[in-house]
Amino acid sequence: MNIAVCVKPVPDPKFYDKITINPETKLLERNKIPMAINPSDKNAIEAAMRLKELLGAKVILISMAPPEAKEVLKEGLAMGIDEAYLLSDRAFAGADTYATAKTLAAGLNKIGLFDLILTGSESVDGGTSHVPSQLGEMMGMPHLNHVMAVETEGDILKVKTKIENGYMLYEGLPPMVLGVSKEINTPRYVSLMGVVKAQGKPFTVWGLNDLQLNADDVGLAGSLTQPGSLRTPPIDRKVEMLDGDIEEKAEKILKILYAAGVLN
Amino acid sequence: MLKFSEQQEQLRKVVRDFVEKEIATIASKIDQEDTCPVELLRMTAQLGYNGVFVPECYQGVGLGYTERAIILEEIARHSAGFALALMTHHLGVYAILTWGNEEQKQKYLPKLCSGSIAGLAVTEPGGGSDFAGMKSTGELVDGYWVLNGRKCFITNSHCADINIVVVRTGEDEKGRPRMSVFVIDENTPGCKPGRKEKKTGLKGSDMGDVILDNVKVPASNLIGKPGDGAKIGLGTISEVGRSGMAAIGLGILRACLEDSVKFAKERIIYGRPLAKLTNIQFIIAQNRTDYEAGRLLTYNAVGIKDAGLPCVPEISIAKYFTTEAAINTAKRTIDLMGGYGVICDYPVDRYLRDAVASIPSGGTSYVMQIIIAGSALS
Repeated sequence: MNIAVCVKPVPDPKFYDKITINPETKLLERNKIPMAINPSDKNAIEAAMRLKELLGAKVILISMAPPEAKEVLKEGLAMGIDEAYLLSDRAFAGADTYATAKTLAAGLNKIGLFDLILTGSESVDGGTSHVPSQLGEMMGMPHLNHVMAVETEGDILKVKTKIENGYMLYEGLPPMVLGVSKEINTPRYVSLMGVVKAQGKPFTVWGLNDLQLNADDVGLAGSLTQPGSLRTPPIDRKVEMLDGDIEEKAEKILKILYAAGVLN
Repeated sequence: MLKFSEQQEQLRKVVRDFVEKEIATIASKIDQEDTCPVELLRMTAQLGYNGVFVPECYQGVGLGYTERAIILEEIARHSAGFALALMTHHLGVYAILTWGNEEQKQKYLPKLCSGSIAGLAVTEPGGGSDFAGMKSTGELVDGYWVLNGRKCFITNSHCADINIVVVRTGEDEKGRPRMSVFVIDENTPGCKPGRKEKKTGLKGSDMGDVILDNVKVPASNLIGKPGDGAKIGLGTISEVGRSGMAAIGLGILRACLEDSVKFAKERIIYGRPLAKLTNIQFIIAQNRTDYEAGRLLTYNAVGIKDAGLPCVPEISIAKYFTTEAAINTAKRTIDLMGGYGVICDYPVDRYLRDAVASIPSGGTSYVMQIIIAGSALS
């Protein structure tokens, strides 16, 4: 079985309180805080590793990101992934989900054929949940998102997806693209030996010229959407001392919460 | 300039991830309950921490003492007590790795890398650094060594599976005590934990007596040669014990620095953050300087050890500086936090207790100064 895992380096959620937005470009100032693998992409890596341990598989990791993401992606190799591919080029900058999926699809097609392509169901920075479906369409594969469980029965993949009031069960034959949610597993801790072995694993970096794409297909030029206005909401602290007995205070608290829009 | 390799940076990141999820969340609890979370030591074994400097052929990771210091610093950042349990396990591992024969390495190291816990029992009620005054004995009877005595202040006393003990096995031709080292297998009759001490700090690691009551071990359990006890005991403590304590002190220093910065930024007084006050900035500057100095001293010392060069004075300097600085830094951080510094909802009182308890572990600051002065004056 050949499995690919698509991952996205995102601002490390541990440092969210330090995130800033450039007032002119309206983009996150990503270089100001450390990057980490998008949390649900880590679940995708874990899901791939479990299938590899169960069935035997070659698992590769692929990402479209700036060159400095290399160290972040090595964590995936340390978790047990066999090879990594970083698609990195100035031309890829400013890509929306469509252009991102197009670039990833070009990279995947160049690497080879896959039985399963896994990715996180959504990123913690963009949060659109577009890429799994877009990738499936561009790769010509069936695709499911918000996957909570994957099991195999012979050649058949049994997939459970999260829906609003429960879950759906699907059965199908590979290949397919699955966007996994955090419920699917708990990613393993990286062992020291994993870190040591990761240093010697193949790590390929490809730019625009290595892929069958034009500059107009990728990055900002190839994007169908443009970011609108982004702003940092004002966060003010305010202290108000309330008088009265406990019931009066409770009523006053409720009024304040309604007035502030916390309760409707 | 101190610069870590890419691999070391990656290692620090993954260790930090583990520590923040599994240790930071229970650090206060294990301090309050004063118990060693043995299950965590089994987990760290699976991740390679317990055998970090053991070659791969014995199922270790094959890294060095710099990587060990990184692990201990990261753990001690949140739980110096638990870091001490792992640090002490490494002492037993090091004694076997360095002075054990091939058969002993094959027998014990894979176990110690994969979850069995080691302890090193040297100190006795009569003293720790006074090897010659040791009272515990080993006597060769019918091809077996019979060990008797009482070891005290032994870390991992109540959770170690495999104990390494130093006992008196006779006298040399000049009448000086001949000390020897033995490994005692798990569940060997007569070897048992005794009284468990209640410590000021570094809770989260057991410390107490190890009782040797007619413990019978085969001759093959002798590490090194008869009479190698002082060399093995002192060699292990002076290089691996004290470098471990330096890294633990460093972890406490970083905890104080990070918590003092966080508190100074968040605490609003007279309408602005505490951090705007000059006297608070002095405390932050002192905390940062102590951490940076400790960091340079510690990683320089273990770097020398990794290079295979003599390192005892440098390690003593690092241990002396970081543990003493940790006390001062924790005290300053308590001062910075005012009333919040002395309530147990905040961990800074634990940092101070841990720092105080770090001084005697591996040799007091006075012993460190004697070694440092001896080296400078030689």
